Amino acid sequence: MSVDAATVRHIAKLARIAVTDAEVEALAPELNNILRWVEQLQEVDVEGVEPMTAVIPNTLRLRDDVVTDGGKRDDVLANAPAAEHGFFAVPKVIE
Amino acid sequence: MTALTDLGIAAIRDGVRDGAFSARDVAGAFSDAVEKGRGLNAFTVETPDHALAAADAADSARASGDLKPLSGVPLGIKDLFATEGVATTAGSRILEGFEPRYESTVSANLFAAGAGMLGKLNMDEFAMGSSNETSAWGPVLSPWRRSDRGNAALTPGGSSGGSAAAVAARLAPGVTGTDTGGSIRQPAAFAGIAGIKPTYGRCSRWGIVAFASSLDQAGPLARDVRDCAILLEAMAGFDPKDSTSLDLPVPNWEAALDSDVRGKRIGIPKEYRIDGVPEEIDRVWERGIELMRDAGAEIVEVSLPHTKYALPTYYIIAPAEASSNLARYDGVRYGRRALPENGNLTDMYEATRSEGFGPEVKRRIMIGTYVLSAGFYDAYFNRAQKVRALIACDFERVWEQCDLILTPTAPSAAFALGEKSADPIAMYLNDVFAVPASLAGLPAISVPGGLDDQGLPLGLQLVGRALDEQGVLNAALALEERAGFTARPEAWW
Repeated sequence: MSVDAATVRHIAKLARIAVTDAEVEALAPELNNILRWVEQLQEVDVEGVEPMTAVIPNTLRLRDDVVTDGGKRDDVLANAPAAEHGFFAVPKVIE
Repeated sequence: MTALTDLGIAAIRDGVRDGAFSARDVAGAFSDAVEKGRGLNAFTVETPDHALAAADAADSARASGDLKPLSGVPLGIKDLFATEGVATTAGSRILEGFEPRYESTVSANLFAAGAGMLGKLNMDEFAMGSSNETSAWGPVLSPWRRSDRGNAALTPGGSSGGSAAAVAARLAPGVTGTDTGGSIRQPAAFAGIAGIKPTYGRCSRWGIVAFASSLDQAGPLARDVRDCAILLEAMAGFDPKDSTSLDLPVPNWEAALDSDVRGKRIGIPKEYRIDGVPEEIDRVWERGIELMRDAGAEIVEVSLPHTKYALPTYYIIAPAEASSNLARYDGVRYGRRALPENGNLTDMYEATRSEGFGPEVKRRIMIGTYVLSAGFYDAYFNRAQKVRALIACDFERVWEQCDLILTPTAPSAAFALGEKSADPIAMYLNDVFAVPASLAGLPAISVPGGLDDQGLPLGLQLVGRALDEQGVLNAALALEERAGFTARPEAWW
């Protein structure tokens, strides 16, 4: 499997990272090198092996369905690059 | 009299308790050292007021007889830990200006135990790197220099490079680090100090900027094994805010320290003898084996057959998890925003992330996005998770033959800045010995084993069974007592 310029652009789009033509050109061989290197996993016999989900056996806990926190609107907004009227502000999305 | 900055955690704690010196004097001495050490670029933020306030609290606690386990001990905190009201950037431009309104569980635990904070420690961006060169704030310089090759600036290792440099240069008696694939152990080895990654789940991940959630673990770096035990005890503990936190009591690791390893079986995995590793790495490994044998341990040759697949497995799983975790940096909720003129929401996301992330972080997000994308998920990600299960199973089997595994920590001593940064894979190979224990979630420590021909420290790694931090610490103590490592970098900064 080899990654071409169009694929790099597609991945960058999925990852929401703007890339210039020069970056695409540099990234394609870099990503291919890494992908070729991890390709060696194809030689491992994984027949019948369950993919790992937890390194240390643990159970997901449940807690009582009660409010334990909240009322921190100003704390939540304190680090926003733009906040107005108690909301996060972003460029207009609806015309 | 010994300079206060030459004291470790235990000596400071005991000295404050016994009234040999005041906590304020200790905090002042280390804060001065931090300031004088600015040339190393180990700290991103200095917080002498925090350290002094904790010191004053410690001095009054002594007067009233209310001393806590870390009263009077000033620490450095890796910049991956959210610290309330103190800039937290994870070494990234995208978090520039971020001042958390909350405290990470681990740093809160340390402060509750009486410790103060000297500042935040520089690191590879989002902990992605093995040399500290991916930090947006410039690389940390190792306090160590080669004895016979001029004054080449060396890496302190990464990603906890600021952490390791601060301890080695005596800017802090102990620090926090995090380890996803060797980021505590490799810098500890390069800096000639000790560092332990506990069992996955021992330390809460809450408030630690996430890189690869199934691998990330916090742990301490300090000058010796006892100091690591003391700090880990204060950092660890169950936290309902982290769903993978282990609901287990924290053992009294320091009190149970015992370097008697007679009868312990130490496994030497043959797959860790790899081509291209410098002879001095084999030499320090042999020395470690001899020291353990001398201590009365039984040396057993063992096999971990899937070792060679650990790194490629890691470089699928870690980027995959990172690509998901780092999706949160969108220029909306915190950190930097970039908005092209007349740009829409998507333009804002793409510009913010393009400007905010450095090249290595972008590379890993792209790899992670690719291996998780439709059509490739099974071939890459799912297969890697299966190989990860096989790697964990290798360790399970090996514990039938031995109690601990002894290996070198890294395949080389500290390298020069710029030496490996052009080739991502060459850089990744630096974690070849560290990554398997990360994938299996096992406790692992690095302690100094000796110096190479150029006078640079080399580390030895001990890996133990899940939850057997005590066994790891005890064997490390046995190594430390016999290795007699006293070298320290000469102050030039």
